[in-house]
Amino acid sequence: MSNHIEYEPVIGLEVHIQLSTVSKIFCGCRARFGSEANAQVCPVCLGLPGALPVLNRKAVDYAARLALATGCEINPRSVFARKNYFYPDLPKGYQISQFEQPFCENGMITVETASGGKRPVRIRRIHLEEDAGKSMHQEAYVGDDESLVDLNRCGVPLLELVTEPDLTAPEEAAAFLAYLRQLVRYLEICDGNMEEGSLRCDANISVRVRGTFGLGTKTELKNMNSFRHVERALAFEYERQCALLTAGQAVQQETLLWDANRNIATPMRSKEFAHDYRYFPEPDLLPVEIETNWIEAQRRDLPELPQAKKVRYQEAFFLPAYDAAVLTEDADVAHYYEQVADRVDDKKLASNWVMGEVLRACKERGEGVTDLKMTPALLADLLGMLTRSEINSGMAKQIFEQVLQTGKSPHDLVAEGGLSQIDDHDSLQSVIQTVLQAQQKDVSAYLQGNEKVLGFLMGLVMKATSGRANPRTVTSLLREELAQLKNRL
Amino acid sequence: MIHSFTDLQSIQGKLAAGATSCAELTEYYLDRIHEGAHLNAFISLFAERARAQAVEIDGKQKKGTAGRLAGMIMAIKDNMVLDYGATTCGSHILEHFQSPYTATVLKKLAAEDAIFIGKTNMDEFAMGSSTENSAFGLVRNPLDNDRVPGGSSGGSAVAVAADFCTAALGSDTGGSIRQPASFCGVIGLKPTYGRVSRYGLVAFASSLDQIGPLTRSVDDAALLMNVLAGRDPGDSTSAAVDVPDFCADLDKPLKGLRIGIPQEYYGEGLDETVRQALQKTSEFLRDMQAIPVPVSLPHTEYSIATYYILANAEASANLARYDGAHYGARADAARSLEEMYVQTRSQAFGAEVKRRIMLGTYVLSSGYYEAYYAKAQQVRTRLRDDFDGAWQHCDLLLTPTCPTTAFRIGEKASDPLTMYLSDVYTVSVNLTGLPALSIPCGQDPQGLPIGAQLIGQPFAEGTLLRVAKQLQLHHAPTRQVLRLEER
Ligand SMILES: [Zn+2]
Repeated sequence: MSNHIEYEPVIGLEVHIQLSTVSKIFCGCRARFGSEANAQVCPVCLGLPGALPVLNRKAVDYAARLALATGCEINPRSVFARKNYFYPDLPKGYQISQFEQPFCENGMITVETASGGKRPVRIRRIHLEEDAGKSMHQEAYVGDDESLVDLNRCGVPLLELVTEPDLTAPEEAAAFLAYLRQLVRYLEICDGNMEEGSLRCDANISVRVRGTFGLGTKTELKNMNSFRHVERALAFEYERQCALLTAGQAVQQETLLWDANRNIATPMRSKEFAHDYRYFPEPDLLPVEIETNWIEAQRRDLPELPQAKKVRYQEAFFLPAYDAAVLTEDADVAHYYEQVADRVDDKKLASNWVMGEVLRACKERGEGVTDLKMTPALLADLLGMLTRSEINSGMAKQIFEQVLQTGKSPHDLVAEGGLSQIDDHDSLQSVIQTVLQAQQKDVSAYLQGNEKVLGFLMGLVMKATSGRANPRTVTSLLREELAQLKNRL
Repeated sequence: MIHSFTDLQSIQGKLAAGATSCAELTEYYLDRIHEGAHLNAFISLFAERARAQAVEIDGKQKKGTAGRLAGMIMAIKDNMVLDYGATTCGSHILEHFQSPYTATVLKKLAAEDAIFIGKTNMDEFAMGSSTENSAFGLVRNPLDNDRVPGGSSGGSAVAVAADFCTAALGSDTGGSIRQPASFCGVIGLKPTYGRVSRYGLVAFASSLDQIGPLTRSVDDAALLMNVLAGRDPGDSTSAAVDVPDFCADLDKPLKGLRIGIPQEYYGEGLDETVRQALQKTSEFLRDMQAIPVPVSLPHTEYSIATYYILANAEASANLARYDGAHYGARADAARSLEEMYVQTRSQAFGAEVKRRIMLGTYVLSSGYYEAYYAKAQQVRTRLRDDFDGAWQHCDLLLTPTCPTTAFRIGEKASDPLTMYLSDVYTVSVNLTGLPALSIPCGQDPQGLPIGAQLIGQPFAEGTLLRVAKQLQLHHAPTRQVLRLEER
C-alpha cells in the first residue's frame, strides 16, 4: 500500500452508534424516522424552557449489551454531563453526554485481519449520549442566506465507543468497523447502516518508525460515511504524514474533513473545532446506578456472539471456516441456517443451500432471510427429499423457486404435479414393473390384503423417477398392475 | 363590598354559606390589582379567563363537585409555564414566548380549582434579590414604595402582601421565596429539593431551584403543599417520598421540640433590630416549651461564594438555549450565525443575567474548573455535613431570613457584591436541599417586617409549618396591606 515501509500508522477510532430504541433517550418521542421534518418532537427534545429529561432505561439496557459483548467493565455509577456549545441543531445549547464517569470502560474487541491474523483492539470507554438534529444548508429549497434545521433526530440515543490507538493499518480499521457493525446487529441495538448515519466513525491517526513505541503527532479525520471511506481516508492521511516526515517536516495536530468526491482530506477551519466544552455533571438527571445482579441478568440474556458462533459452526457442524464466516456474517442468516441444520442430517448440504440459493434469493428479491416464503422448515423438507433421492438436485432447484413464489410446501408442489412430470404410461409402466419385481415380498403382502403397502410401493416409484412421475398416473397404473397380478393368482 | 380574607378556610366558609362567590372574589382581586398598579407586581393578567373560570367553579360549588382549592385565587411567578399567555421570566428574550405546555405544579393546582389571576414580576430569570432586575420594570414594596420587595419572587410576595390574591407561587434558588416574604411580611416556604416537581419551571440553577407557596396564613401554605408535593415522573430529581397531610399536625404543641440556634447566623452584619426580634422569637418558643439549643454550622462563611459559583455555572448552561435560533427574541440585523448569537444575547439579556452567565462560563472553563466548580462542590458536601452534625442536637433551626429589613430601591443595585451578601442566611438551605420557611416575627422602628427563618430536616416541612402556626397565632400575626395609596 505504501512506499513508506519504514513508517507504521497508529490508528484509533471513535464510533457513534445510533440505538434502535422505540423512543428517544430523554423523552417519549419516537426515535425511528419517517415523519416530516420537526414532527417527532416535544418540549423536552426541543429544549423548551422548563422541560426536563427523563432517562429511557431501554437505552441503558442496550448500552449494557454492547458493554458485555466487548468485555467492558460497567461502572456501578455513571454520570451524565452537559457538553456546552452553540449550534442551531442543538436546541438546549448543550448536549447531554457522559464525561468523567462513562457507562463502561476497558473492553476489548479482537479483529480478524484479511491476512488471517488477529488484532486485539482495546476499548477505552463507551458512553451514552443524545443525538443532535440535522442542519440543512444546501438543499434545493434552502435560500442562499438561510439554513433549515430538522430536530427529529434530537434526543435519539447514541453510544460513543472510543478505542485505544491499537490499529496498525487502514484495512484493520475497516475490519474493526465491519465487526462492530456485525456485533451491534447481533445485539439488536443498532441497524448498523453507515450510509444512513446509524454508525458514524471519526478516526485519529499518527505515524511512527516501525518497531518503535512512541506516539507521533496525531490528526483527526471526520466526515467518512462508509467503511471504504474510512479506509481510504486513513490511507490518504498515512501517506500525507509519511511524506511530511520524509521531507523533514512536522505533522500539525488538526482536524481534517474527508472529501469523498475528491478523495482528499482537507483541514477544518481552526474555529470549527476550537471548543472548550465546559463539561459539568447534568443536574437534571440522577447518576445511572447499576447493580451487579442486573449486570448478570443482562449477561445471561446476551445472544451468542458472531465470533463464538463461527467457532461453533466449525466444531459442531464440521463446516469449513469459509462457510462459518459467511453464515455468521448476519445474525438473521445464522439463525436461518441453524433452523435448517436442526432438521437435516447433512449440515454441509444445508450450508451450501443457505449460502447459495437462499442468499442469492435474498439479493435478487431485495428481501431479508426472514421475509422469504422459503422458510427454514420448508427448506429442510426440500433437502430431506433431496437426501432421500426422492428428487434430483435439478428438480430441487425448481421446487425452491416455486416455494419462493408460492410459499407452498415442497411435498404439495410435487403432489400437485406442477413440475415437469413424467406422465406417459409406457415409461411409467416399465418403472413400476421394475419396482414390483424388486419388491416381491411387499407385493405378496399387498396381494394378501395389506393395502398399506401401496403407499410404500408408490414412494419407491416416485423415488425411482426422482419425484417427477405424476403421482395420480402412478397410483392408477400401480393399482392396475397389482390387480392384474391378483387376477393371475 | 366584600372584605379581605386571610386564608382559604374563611373564603370557603363564605362560599359554602353563599355569602360570596368566586366571581365576586375575582372582581375584588382584579380591582385591588388595578388600584395597586403602581407596585408593578404583575407582568400579565388573565382577567377574562379568571372570570370565566370563577363562573365555572361557582357552578361546581353548587353541585358540590368543586376541588380542594375552590376559592383560591392565585398569582404565579412568571417563570412557570402555562399553555396560555406569555411566560417571560422577566426578560426581553422571552417577552413574547408562548409555552405549548403547562408546568406540573400549575396542572395540579388547576385540577383542584385554583384560579390563576396573573403572572408576577420577577428579577430576570430569577437572578436578583430585589426585583430591580426585571425587563418590565422594578417592583415596589407595598409597605414603603421607596423600598424593594426583595427578590427574585418580588411580584409574588407583593401580590400576597397587598391582597391581590389569596396566595402565590414563587421559586427559590438562593432565597427567592423567603427573602421577599421576609421583606413584605408574608409567609414563604421553600420545600425540600425534590419535594415539588420542577417540570415547567424555567431553570435558573437546576440543582437548587424549588417551587413553593407564598401565603398570608400557615394553613394555606400547608394546604398548598398537600397539592404541590409529590413525585413527578417528568422530573427525575423529584423524590419518591411519601407526602404526609401537612394540615394534620399543625396544631400539635411544640413541647420538647429542640430548636437549634446556629451561632454563625447571628454574627457580624446582622442588624440589631433583627437580632432582637429573633431573640424574642426564641424566647416565645421557649415559653411554648420548645428547647432552644446552640449549634454550629462552621462552613457557613463559604456558602455565598459556593452558591454563586454553582448557581452561575448551571445558569450559564441553562440560559444557553436562548440564542435566537428557535424561539424568543432574535436580533434582526445579524448577518451570520455567530452575529445572531452575539447580538441576540447582548441585546435581549439584562446586565445582571449577562454578568452571571460570564461568571458561570468562567468557572467551568478549562483550567479553572478544578479551582472553582470542583472546589465548590466539595464545600457543598461540607455544608451538608455541617447540617447533619446539627441534626444530632436539634429538630429544626431558627435564624433570621435576612440580615436587614427591606432596603431602599437603588441602594445596592450598583454594587452586586453587597447585593449577593444579603443572601447569606438563605443560600445554604438551597445548597443542602433542606426545607425552610420565612415567617414574620416582628417589625423594625420604621414598621418594616422582620422575617424569622425556620430550617428543617429533609422532608420535614410539616415541623416547620407546625412551629410557624404557633408563631402566627401567638407571636407575630401576618399583616395585610389594605390601603394601596402610594406611600
Ligand atoms: Zn421529544
